[in-house]
Amino acid sequence: MTAAPLLEIVGVSKHFRGLRAVDDVSFSVERGSIVALIGPNGAGKTTVFNLIAGVHHPDTGSIRLDGAEIAGLRPDQACNAGIGRTFQIVRPFGGLSVLENVVIGALRRSADVAAARHAAREILSRLGLAEKETARASSLTLPERKRLETARALATGPKILLLDEVMAGLRPVEVDAMVGTFHELSRDTGLTILLTEHVMRAVMALSHHIVVLHHGQKICEGTPEAVARDQRVLDSYLGAAAPATAR
Amino acid sequence: MRLSRGIVALALFFVAMAAAPLFLGDYPLAILILVLFAAYLGQAWNIMMGFAGLLSLGHALYYGLGAYLSAALFAHYGISPWLGMLAGIAAAVATGSAVGALSFRFRVGGVYFALLTIAFSEFTRILFDHLHWFGSSSGLFLPVTGRAGADLVSLRGPTVMFYYLLLAATAAVLLLSRILLDRRIGYYWRAIREDEEAAQASGIDVFRYKLAAVALSAGLTAIAGVFHAFYYNNLYPETIFAMGRSIELMLPAIIGGLGTLFGPILGAFVLVGISEGLTSLTAGLGIDGLKQLLYGLVLGLVVTLQPGGLWPWIALRLGLRGAMR
Ligand SMILES: Nc1ncnc2c1ncn2[C@@H]1O[C@H](COP(=O)(O)OP(=O)(O)OP(=O)(O)O)[C@@H](O)[C@H]1O
Ligand SMILES: [Mg+2]
Repeated sequence: MTAAPLLEIVGVSKHFRGLRAVDDVSFSVERGSIVALIGPNGAGKTTVFNLIAGVHHPDTGSIRLDGAEIAGLRPDQACNAGIGRTFQIVRPFGGLSVLENVVIGALRRSADVAAARHAAREILSRLGLAEKETARASSLTLPERKRLETARALATGPKILLLDEVMAGLRPVEVDAMVGTFHELSRDTGLTILLTEHVMRAVMALSHHIVVLHHGQKICEGTPEAVARDQRVLDSYLGAAAPATAR
Repeated sequence: MRLSRGIVALALFFVAMAAAPLFLGDYPLAILILVLFAAYLGQAWNIMMGFAGLLSLGHALYYGLGAYLSAALFAHYGISPWLGMLAGIAAAVATGSAVGALSFRFRVGGVYFALLTIAFSEFTRILFDHLHWFGSSSGLFLPVTGRAGADLVSLRGPTVMFYYLLLAATAAVLLLSRILLDRRIGYYWRAIREDEEAAQASGIDVFRYKLAAVALSAGLTAIAGVFHAFYYNNLYPETIFAMGRSIELMLPAIIGGLGTLFGPILGAFVLVGISEGLTSLTAGLGIDGLKQLLYGLVLGLVVTLQPGGLWPWIALRLGLRGAMR
């Protein structure tokens, strides 16, 4: 018997006033794997995340986490079901300290503040934010905010972590550091990750499986090597120069 | 935890406040009662706005419910104000929860939520103008008995009795605020205040926690209403449910520092101090409205110079961190 995928998205569509932002998309994410959702601007990647995380409800289709239907849940219910998400446009709790931001995430698992602080500190050091714990979140640089965003989501103890362009705007060294962090997380904790990213260097280095969206439709999926060679992907997204920069 | 400078300073403050009646006459004591009313109410309002980011411009509603219910039950049936207080709290919590549930369910936020709180408060004022059981617009009065003996059970007694009741209530709410801020609910309120969507994405049932803030704030405000009724002995819808009261009630927290623990108490001293100072300054001049004008100017100045309130600024200079923030 093969284990069912952790996340199954089946025939999901969402339109905004005539615009088909997500059009009959299906794919699944295996337990413990890292899957990338890529595609040009406006392809519908963030909308897929919002559908999974309960911000939007799909017009049709089903989203199952661990076999349970989660489409239609509120965002807090989705989080409690095991979805941890970051926002593409970061949303830190600006007036609070870095530690408090992550404690708030960790409090989902235990009402005990001391335990939550302990868990939050562990996650902060994993993400290289330990020295910043007393800083106000609003004082962080953008790359730091992206890491804080990730730390807070991770602190909720998700079954699957949704990362929406957490490496955008990072310098190549910083990208490599983040890739290293996620590799470690995946190896040490068996965490399942679904990410969207325009930084192909990170996508190629991290993902076991890639799903390509274009105009709300899935145009291709497969291993990084297969996707990088796919003619439709080259035409619509990666362009002629992409394979050279991929690694 | 180490006995921090903040805790020591706070203990000294409350000891001094407790000793004050031994040295003060009736008039200064009455002024201090104004301070304590303002401090207590500022703290209660601060739970909603300062902790959870919910702007209420209609807190006179909850104050009035506490005042009127306890006073009417006492005047008509001789029911102890402490039982009346329970009725007042229940009514305020129910009303607050209804206003909250209505707004939060239909995603009425920010300024529109504030407008709704005004609407409910104004509606209640007009309603009470026509309710005979509450004395309608001609007022509800409690029999004024001798103020010699302190009868705690029916809250009949001298100024000093109300002074100690309000002092205890202020200390209790300070302690309660401190405890709540350190617990999960306090973290969740601040998360909601900072960013509701991010709070939801972190697994927080925003509706529930917002409702808890409104209910607690409304219930605590009703308690002050009870003290008001039995201290002043007369209630008119025009003054109890006045818009002006709702505004006045917010000032200590705003001047002292929104979301801080000691801010509303400090703000109350500053506000009553300025008001009393200006009264005696302008008393001899006989210029109508001069006091109000100067009061407004001073408040404007404070808010412009210290937009975060006075307490964070002072706490920083005193080197206080954490416990007394
Ligand atoms: N709440 C919304 N209301 C209306 N239109 C929306 C909404 N959210 C997304 N869209 C539209 O849906 C389409 C897909 O947007 P989406 O944000 O999912 O793209 P994306 O793949 O994440 O793009 P990017 O790479 O730029 O982040 C876009 O045309 C966008 O304008
Ligand atoms: Mg996007």
